[in-house]
Amino acid sequence: MGAGETPVNSPMPGSIFKVECTVGQSVKAGDVLIVLEAMKMEIEVSAPVDGTVKAIAVSTGATVNTDDLLVTLG
Amino acid sequence: MEFFSEVMTAILGSSGFAAIPTDWRQLLMIVIACVLLYLGIGKGFEPLLLVPIAFGMLLANLPLTGLFNEPVVDAATHTGSVGFMWVIYQGVQYAIYPSIIFMGIGAMTDFGPLLANPMSLLLGAAAQLGIFTAFLLALVLGFTPAQAAAIGVIGGADGPTAILTASKLATNPVNLLPAIAIAAYSYMALIPLIQPPIMKLLTTKEMRKVKMTQLRPVSKTEKIIFPVLVTIFVILLVPDTAPLIGMLMLGNLFRECGVCDRLSDTAQNALMNIVTIALGLSVGFKATYDSFLTWDTIKIILLGLLAFCLSTAGGVIFGDIMYFATGGKVNPLIGSAGVSAVPMAARVSQVVGQKENPSNFLLMHAMGPNVAGVIGSAVAAGFMIKVFGG
Repeated sequence: MGAGETPVNSPMPGSIFKVECTVGQSVKAGDVLIVLEAMKMEIEVSAPVDGTVKAIAVSTGATVNTDDLLVTLG
Repeated sequence: MEFFSEVMTAILGSSGFAAIPTDWRQLLMIVIACVLLYLGIGKGFEPLLLVPIAFGMLLANLPLTGLFNEPVVDAATHTGSVGFMWVIYQGVQYAIYPSIIFMGIGAMTDFGPLLANPMSLLLGAAAQLGIFTAFLLALVLGFTPAQAAAIGVIGGADGPTAILTASKLATNPVNLLPAIAIAAYSYMALIPLIQPPIMKLLTTKEMRKVKMTQLRPVSKTEKIIFPVLVTIFVILLVPDTAPLIGMLMLGNLFRECGVCDRLSDTAQNALMNIVTIALGLSVGFKATYDSFLTWDTIKIILLGLLAFCLSTAGGVIFGDIMYFATGGKVNPLIGSAGVSAVPMAARVSQVVGQKENPSNFLLMHAMGPNVAGVIGSAVAAGFMIKVFGG
């Protein structure tokens, strides 16, 4: 992780339901980046800080575990 | 022409149309059944349960069907007859269906969050508060101790457990099972409406914002040993809970052992669906006008709601206690998930928590008390059956 970059990790095990951001997009803190599905429930993962989406590490349908990298903000 | 009209009169005379006006309540039950069908199909209100229940209710209130005829056997000719619904109902009468459903729930449930945070067991126990308070209130309202115990179990927010307890405790002198089952399942469906106001009332904004530390990973060995140990310990402690806890843990062992995936899949999908159809039909079928349209039903529905609210409150209050005891590390919102509706109650904790703090994820933390609640209400039910089963 480079300086000034913020990783957004998965808060729980689940699968990626929707990717709501694109690389290069600028986001504000609180904007929804990824929608996870766990326990048949949609859970929004939002940006912790303002920034630009540098990289998206997952795609729709992928299975993730707690703390897996989802998105890198810069 | 005269012959024709005579035949028509005879057919109509022996049809259900001639028999129906005996009691207006029968017509009312048919209307209620149709309304419930509408709620299930049109409004998507727990359709997987409500549609079979409502249809069972419809069938039960049509006259002359003989669906519930007891078996008649002619020993000489080895022939006999029995009503279709009578056969299906035996699974409720002898509490077969709830136990099989528990096996499915076990196969669906990951007890990992409970193992990672054993303190959740206390929340699962605290959320049984409503069971015992509603029991006392039902006694005051004039129900027999056995009936009151079965009504209280609604507060555990667990349909199969409520049905099992009612089938053992509340079928004499009147059968309260349909009212209890319908109340239990209604409140399970209404969890997202009933719980949040209670949760907000009993917590401060500060408390609701608490982020909890990640749960530790739980090893496969722990997950395999857990169902076996729980079976041995809990069933020795409360033997009457054996059908529920035994099947719950068998289902869970199928899930976790890694060599029974086919059985696990059948238990949580195909078998569960089959039994849900039979259970729903049976429960609905017992809602006949003479047993269902009574003051007792209204009292049960009110007591059930109260029991359910008190259970939620019990869990949240204990969550508050844990918040203070741990110096603010536990978010009390996970306490309400101590009622055993899995995973609905845990979802509510997640939703209420995230509303307060968008980066807060309580779902997995709430699953701990939630699965503990399943065990808790099964144990409470076993205790009630032991004490009042006579």
